[in-house]
Amino acid sequence: MMKHFSSNLSVLFSLRTVPVLTLMVFLLPVLAGLLSTILPAFGYLPVIGQVSFSTTAWTELFAHPALPSALFASVSSGIIATFLSLILSLSFVAAWQGTNSFKKVRQLLAPILAIPHSALAIGLAFLIAPSGWITRSISPWATGWDRPPDVAIIHDEWGLSLILGLMIKETPYLLLMILAALDQSQAKQRLKLAKTLGYHPVAAWIKSVLPVIYKQIRLPIYAVLAFSLSVVDIALILGPTTPPTLSVLVLRWFNDPDLSYRTIAAAGALLQLLVVIGIIFIWWITEKIIAGLSKTWLTNGTRSLAETPVRILSKVSLNSIYTLFFGSLLVILLWSFTRRWRYPDFLPSVWSSQSWDRNIHNLMWSSSSTLTIGLISSFIAVILVVACLENEKRRGKSAGAGALWLVYFPLMIPQVSFLFGVQVLTIKAGIDASWLAMIWCHLLFVLPYVFLSLTDPYRQQDDRYIKVALSMGVSPTRAFWRIRLPMLLRPLLFALAIGFAVSVAQYLPTLFVGGGRFSTLTTEAVNLSASGNRRIIAVYALLQALLPLLCFATALALPNVIFRNRRALKGH
Amino acid sequence: MGIKQTFTSAILFIGLALNLATPQSVIAQDQNTASQSWSKIESKAQGQTVYWNAWGGSELINEYIAWVGKRVWEDNQITLKHVKVTDTADVVSRVLAEKTAGKNAEGSVDLVWINGENFASMKKNGLLFGPFSENLPNYHFVDIENKATTTTDFTIPVDGLEAPWGMAKFNFIYDSARVEQTPNSGAEFLTWAKKNPGRFTYPSPPDYLGSTFLKQVLVETVDDPKILRKEVSDETAFNQSTLALWNYLDQLHPVLWRGGRQFPASSSAQQQLLDDGEVDIHLSFNPGAASSLIKSGELAPSVRTFVFDKGTIGNTHFVAIPYNSSSKEAAMVIANFLMSPEAQARKQDPQYWGDDTVLSIAKLSPEDQKVFSKIELGVATLPPQDLGPTLLEPHPSWMERIEKEWLTRYGQ
Amino acid sequence: MVMNNRTFQQNSTSSAPSSLHLQDLKLSLRGEQLFTQLSLSVRPGEIVTLMGPSGCGKSSLLAAISGTLEKDFSLEGQVLLDEFNLTNLPPEERHIGMLFQEDLLFPHMSVNENLGFGIPAHVKGKKERTALISQALNDAGLSEFGSRDPATLSGGQRARIAVLRTLLSQPRALLLDEPFSKLDAELRARFRDFVFRHAQANNLPTLLVTHDPDDAQSTGGKIIQMSDF
Repeated sequence: MMKHFSSNLSVLFSLRTVPVLTLMVFLLPVLAGLLSTILPAFGYLPVIGQVSFSTTAWTELFAHPALPSALFASVSSGIIATFLSLILSLSFVAAWQGTNSFKKVRQLLAPILAIPHSALAIGLAFLIAPSGWITRSISPWATGWDRPPDVAIIHDEWGLSLILGLMIKETPYLLLMILAALDQSQAKQRLKLAKTLGYHPVAAWIKSVLPVIYKQIRLPIYAVLAFSLSVVDIALILGPTTPPTLSVLVLRWFNDPDLSYRTIAAAGALLQLLVVIGIIFIWWITEKIIAGLSKTWLTNGTRSLAETPVRILSKVSLNSIYTLFFGSLLVILLWSFTRRWRYPDFLPSVWSSQSWDRNIHNLMWSSSSTLTIGLISSFIAVILVVACLENEKRRGKSAGAGALWLVYFPLMIPQVSFLFGVQVLTIKAGIDASWLAMIWCHLLFVLPYVFLSLTDPYRQQDDRYIKVALSMGVSPTRAFWRIRLPMLLRPLLFALAIGFAVSVAQYLPTLFVGGGRFSTLTTEAVNLSASGNRRIIAVYALLQALLPLLCFATALALPNVIFRNRRALKGH
Repeated sequence: MGIKQTFTSAILFIGLALNLATPQSVIAQDQNTASQSWSKIESKAQGQTVYWNAWGGSELINEYIAWVGKRVWEDNQITLKHVKVTDTADVVSRVLAEKTAGKNAEGSVDLVWINGENFASMKKNGLLFGPFSENLPNYHFVDIENKATTTTDFTIPVDGLEAPWGMAKFNFIYDSARVEQTPNSGAEFLTWAKKNPGRFTYPSPPDYLGSTFLKQVLVETVDDPKILRKEVSDETAFNQSTLALWNYLDQLHPVLWRGGRQFPASSSAQQQLLDDGEVDIHLSFNPGAASSLIKSGELAPSVRTFVFDKGTIGNTHFVAIPYNSSSKEAAMVIANFLMSPEAQARKQDPQYWGDDTVLSIAKLSPEDQKVFSKIELGVATLPPQDLGPTLLEPHPSWMERIEKEWLTRYGQ
Repeated sequence: MVMNNRTFQQNSTSSAPSSLHLQDLKLSLRGEQLFTQLSLSVRPGEIVTLMGPSGCGKSSLLAAISGTLEKDFSLEGQVLLDEFNLTNLPPEERHIGMLFQEDLLFPHMSVNENLGFGIPAHVKGKKERTALISQALNDAGLSEFGSRDPATLSGGQRARIAVLRTLLSQPRALLLDEPFSKLDAELRARFRDFVFRHAQANNLPTLLVTHDPDDAQSTGGKIIQMSDF
């Protein structure tokens, strides 16, 4: 009895410390990283002989000729992309929830989320460029263009193609988050009720469902906003070039061979952080204002809201996004088997598997390290998240659990602003360029997404199953392993797949902490994109997309196999 | 443990970990390692592993480096690992981060492919090991007499801190199916561009080819080229010397691709533009590149190269060893192998790379000379006698100022 | 629906039947009192009904007895099985069986696995455990359903399996949290009978919580109004 009691105590004790531990693991490197960005921004960088505090870096930053337009490009593309993605996903759900097209869209979410941003952007760039596939399909026979038209489509100064690229990734993500929120808000009943009161679908949804679910999707929206404001890889491939967005500019300063640029880079990184915080704040204020203004509108009795235009527009836009997505994938596939493919040929003139053959050795190596880092880091993330949530279940919402929103911190602040510090930290600790540091650093970005995707299913699970098990004399540990986890198998595997996809897409963290000794598919793909050789980029981009896709497919199929005779647990 | 205490201890830990209060000591350069006898160096090199950080953007070059790895394993049992980098500046960053953290041994970089601004930066900040290169046995084959850039890297004295590896010479790649008459100077180039609006562009600085294009125009238009050999002295001198350059660009930009409002982000992006038919002329720093790219299917068979009669900018690229490498001996052995006639001849062959040698053919043995003379340069490669004179790189400070000024004028 | 009249009896060797005693229970939720001084005893085989409107703390009382009360509740008083004090024991050491409105069969297990999960570990040997399961199914007239997926059974069948699962875990008392309220009228009467018969045959002190007078009447036992406390 006594032994039993003490072992229980140690389990509880360790479980209790998990939220604190998790936060330490995450906030420590991020804070350390931030600190080592803040100091140089104020002139303290002993290694290049600057030891006195000054504001020179800020003066130089604000005097930099490229800053105003870079800042404008970042802010406008970030806000517009987030706003449009949000409007599109909301209006689509409002107009189409419960229909067959809705089901189809839902089924295709996972593959789109699985594809890393850079792979998608590479495909999209070739699709829409003046010499791209779309132009080729109608040239020269329909257009008379024997040479591509001299118009800026990608890298355009307004950042439109960047916005488009962001939207293709962010709309499905927001859709997924809205769906998750719907599942737990009795949306169907509310909707039915509103409809019986004579409300048309869009108005019914906007008035009776949106106000309830908005607070659940708020954090994901902020994450999207922060991401869009500080994205690097898509901005490099699609964004404006002269000048680029602030994030690219800051990265360029960080990489400038003239080390005195370091202080400007640090100041720039901080400016970016402030911009992200500021924009999120403004967004939050706007939310409040809209909520206040819409109070009377919500109850004014209007029962329709541009029903037909919203239906048509949202479907056409979403279909275009899906078409562009699959077009991008297809065009990458074609390029990977190309030897010659010149404008205006619609298809390659000389096919070849040389790009696959010549890279096969390298591909194996980078795929295996991608797999290892991705699987281990997402596995650890799932374990930590489950431990935090289980702790919350057993102990009620304690202080540790309440502070858990802090794990979103790494998503909200621009990567460059703390990665240099993280790099220094790992070197100090003597673990730079090690698997440990690599996995740790990936965890920083994997964990928030795993947390985001696992929290709702976990919190919603009916605890009476566990109570029944306990009342049968089964220990909490056994109930956890035999009842809780198997019943959550589907969301657990899905979270694992999300984590894996996030890990695969990490470029800067791999670069900074890996000491260049780790080559993953993404670092190789970005390296080779420097060669401009679309054939090889395509090979890497495809594999980069393939691994997460396989992971998602497994996550979706495995429960169906395991539960093939369990109707209640079959997927829809 | 409460959240608050945890937080406090976290802050403390961060402070300790970053060791912020301790100024970094400057590392004395390790003279002893460099001046050992060569046989001693070779025996110490055995069994060491060298992490060579080198640009990884070309399949051909990657394969060449893999071949080097095979050869040094056969000869010296050295394990060579190619760390592929996108931008050499990342490597400078990493060594800097290591120095910041006080990691003065067992650094992550053992050998780095480098030149120009990155070299200047590492040299200035004491991040390099050496001098060592002049003690390498194969160094006496290097054509230091006629190839001035092997001893002066962008006007910065090499001082034995990097070993010459290959020669670069600015040239233009064009599609002969679309361009009939190639221009012969910067001035002619402007005339051509005006006649063919929208058919040329250059990558926006700080891309190295974009910057080199600006330097080429600068060297051609400046009144007294000697002023470029020294650091920019003052604002008036700079404005005066670059006036003609800006004048030239003001005329050129309106007739560029996208009307000069948009520039390709990198030289590789521009290479793709050439192949997509969006532009007709591309820039290169390697006279053999066009031939290699035709072979690999990346460019059309109709592609050729041209240079200017009065010469184009040329430089040398090198390998250097960071101060905190733990495999300095093996890194030196590899640097020496890279300068060997065997490695240099293979490098000159467009089948493997197509990069001009740093060696003086006259200094080689008759057998080695024969190997070099047998190399087929490829359809698009100009023979050495047609490459024209080499114009020297200006001091890095010029480029720094020009890049800034370029941004102010055209970058918004 | 066939429901034979044989009754599955758990030949519990672990302990003799005991009575359930609640002494001076006082329950409050974040400072707000739900009930005070609740005392009552249930003899082995006796069924006592607690009645009251929703929100009066009926379900919380059952949670308090089984040890699964949420953290925001505070409880005073004692829960005893004969002289044995359960109050400070974790739920898994109390051996108090619970039945809810829903059957709560584990969806990832077959009927056999669901039943096997409840059998205490001290019943050793695969043979003996399987024998217990088939005997229980047999007695409930469900013998051919052992390998079935619970999701494919009818509501009545699932409800009976949930009862068997609880009995197989050899509880020393039984708590019923409105277990009949979701069944239709005809099924309801027969299932009620099924549950009461098994509770009595196994000599379990049983506490039923309901707001349905019909349920209360059918026990033939004591009926207590929660509002009395």
